[in-house]
Amino acid sequence: MRYYEVLGLEPKLALDPDELKKRFYESSRQWHPDRFTRAGAAQQQQALDMTALLNDAFRTLRDPVLRAEYFLKQKGIELSKDAPPELLEEVFELNMMLEELRGGDESARPQLETARDRFERMLRETDAELADLFARPDALEEIRRTLNRRRYISNLVRDVQKELNVHVSN
Amino acid sequence: MSTFQIDFGKSKSPIVGIDLGTTNSLVAVMDKTGAPKILSGIVPSVVSVTGSGDVLAGAEARDALITRPERTVYSVKRLMGRGLADVQEELKLFPFRIAEGSESVLKLRFGEKVMTPPEVSAHILRKLKLDAEAALGEPVRQAVITVPAYFNDAQRQATKDAGRIAGLDVLRLVNEPTAAALAYGLDKRKEGIVAVYDLGGGTFDISILRLHEGIFEVLATNGDTHLGGDDIDHLLMAIALEDVQSEWGEDISAKSDAVQLLRRAVIKAKEELSFVPQAVIDLEYQGKRYQREIDVPLLNRLIQPIVNRTLEPCRACIADANIAVEEIDEVVMVGGSTRIPLVRAEVEKLFRTRPHTELNPDEVVALGAAVQAGILAGHVEDKLLLDVTPLSLGIETMGGLVSKLIHRNSTIPASATEVFTTGVDGQTNVLIHVVQGERELVKDCRSLARFDLKGIAPMPAGSARIEVRFLIDANGILNVTARDLRTGKEHSVEVKPSYGLTDEQVEAMILESFEKAQDDFAARQVREAQVEADAVRSATERAMKEPAYFELSDEERAAIDRALNELLLVYHSNDYELIRAKIDQLDVATQKLAEIIINTAVGTALKGTKVDA
Repeated sequence: MRYYEVLGLEPKLALDPDELKKRFYESSRQWHPDRFTRAGAAQQQQALDMTALLNDAFRTLRDPVLRAEYFLKQKGIELSKDAPPELLEEVFELNMMLEELRGGDESARPQLETARDRFERMLRETDAELADLFARPDALEEIRRTLNRRRYISNLVRDVQKELNVHVSN
Repeated sequence: MSTFQIDFGKSKSPIVGIDLGTTNSLVAVMDKTGAPKILSGIVPSVVSVTGSGDVLAGAEARDALITRPERTVYSVKRLMGRGLADVQEELKLFPFRIAEGSESVLKLRFGEKVMTPPEVSAHILRKLKLDAEAALGEPVRQAVITVPAYFNDAQRQATKDAGRIAGLDVLRLVNEPTAAALAYGLDKRKEGIVAVYDLGGGTFDISILRLHEGIFEVLATNGDTHLGGDDIDHLLMAIALEDVQSEWGEDISAKSDAVQLLRRAVIKAKEELSFVPQAVIDLEYQGKRYQREIDVPLLNRLIQPIVNRTLEPCRACIADANIAVEEIDEVVMVGGSTRIPLVRAEVEKLFRTRPHTELNPDEVVALGAAVQAGILAGHVEDKLLLDVTPLSLGIETMGGLVSKLIHRNSTIPASATEVFTTGVDGQTNVLIHVVQGERELVKDCRSLARFDLKGIAPMPAGSARIEVRFLIDANGILNVTARDLRTGKEHSVEVKPSYGLTDEQVEAMILESFEKAQDDFAARQVREAQVEADAVRSATERAMKEPAYFELSDEERAAIDRALNELLLVYHSNDYELIRAKIDQLDVATQKLAEIIINTAVGTALKGTKVDA
């Protein structure tokens, strides 16, 4: 797990954000290309590569969802794009409402807004669930399911918001 | 003769910080005490070509806006890294004269001479370089140059090209608002969140930074590279032109000199309105006079839409930084247009904090560039800048869609890798189209370059595996490398920039500029050393005719002879340091002679010369 290694961290899902930030700042001070202006070409390239890796690592690990996705991928666990079965009914209704709005039926708007708020609440709930799951090293399968669910909901919120915006401007 | 102070310490040449602005440019350096200081005055970002073909930059060129408007250009920064289609709006508002053959790279006409925007900027940079060399007394070869944070890859590359053409090794491009934060950060708070609002002559930037133990971490940036004080000038100009037409019964908009006089009058009135409630636009042209009073409420009404256009990027930036507006501890104002009271008031309202205006908004970017130069030179060890890329980077995929590889506001250097393969049997090259922007369709983003992966061994479709690495470096400029995953070998990448100069074109321009550089620092130093050598030599030869000369021992006289001969030997060497060394040697050899002459008050042969001065 290069992202953990480069920051000198144990590969764990639960990370202390302050510790992560501290490691990132320390390593940046050491490796930033600014420190190698007068160095040879090979050293400059090394500094550039190291810093790019540090930045990519920090960006990924500081975000719990990106961190979990990276972690699972490194463990060879793939996420799926399928709709979580427990959401199927709601998504079906949601699509109907979206169709109505697209067809110019403004009465669907308040319902869509309510649905959006509900999905946003679900997002926050999954974030809280993830934080709990990170503390359990045996929970990888549950984490995978939660991430799938989260990704699916997050796309839904995005699509609904987009549609609401489009029709506001019309 | 004995008072020459020549520093033979071969100190590494200084790295200067340059603010290459739309309206004005400045150069600064870190002095020995570790404080950044401006070297020489403001250089107007104006370039003019004289009738005899000489190129002027700075104040002289600004004067030529009135006398030679058709051979003079200002605000060229608006054209940097842009294509003909991008600048149609600019062409309506600015007197840019686009030359034939500007399809691939924009070219500007100055009478019979034609220059690309990087070449025009290079003349401004060269002027700054000469000013810096004159102030420092040593050659300047390396520089940090600032760019608007919201500049895209092509605009950054064009700025770097301008530096190279001017004979400068551009060690780093720094974003203007970040540079300003560095300048302010010198004696300011150690921790906290700072917003930098930078409204310059032609560009607007907003950056939000977290300060932590000397680390300046940019959280997010936003902006508009077509928004600035120029736009305010245009609004006032439109009113004034209409006025003049109704008063004089004459449309002067086609008369370049009249337009430039009016523009100057408009800018003067605009600037006064930052300090007084009323000002007059005052134009005299060919015996006629136009005067119009303008007050702050009118100006405010006119510019409110422009100020509003800066507020939306500010809100987006706060959202991208993932902070609440209350978390912003300080707001720093940068750029001449932030002197306008309405701008300050709106910024204060949005950020709910009184903005900082202690440092001169015209100088703060150059000062910050000098601090960054100090960091690169190793003089400043406690500070480190972590900047971000302002725009997302992506590649074109099926159906004209963009697949994003590096998201905006990622800390740079940032990288992404992608594996490409062939789509048909026997295919030997893969074309990758790289774009910058936030939209989903390629046509709504900015084309950056096309990379051609060539020389793929023919094989069935889908079997080739070329790993391409996209790396945005600390300058915010994209580098692409490719590796064949089957062989592990580096793969060649041919770059076709969508806008801008190829490497070969830049090289040719560098060569040309070297041949034409008449103010070359070394040549000037050699001439100065020779003049000094002449003075020392004639003073010595005169002293050798004095009776005092014969009071010296044989060895002392031989030493003078030897030193004089050695000076003559190196006189034409073109090595000013060597000439100065020999002057110094002669100085030492003649020291006793000078003392005797002065002590015995025999003559004033030496006093009358400039040697002791």
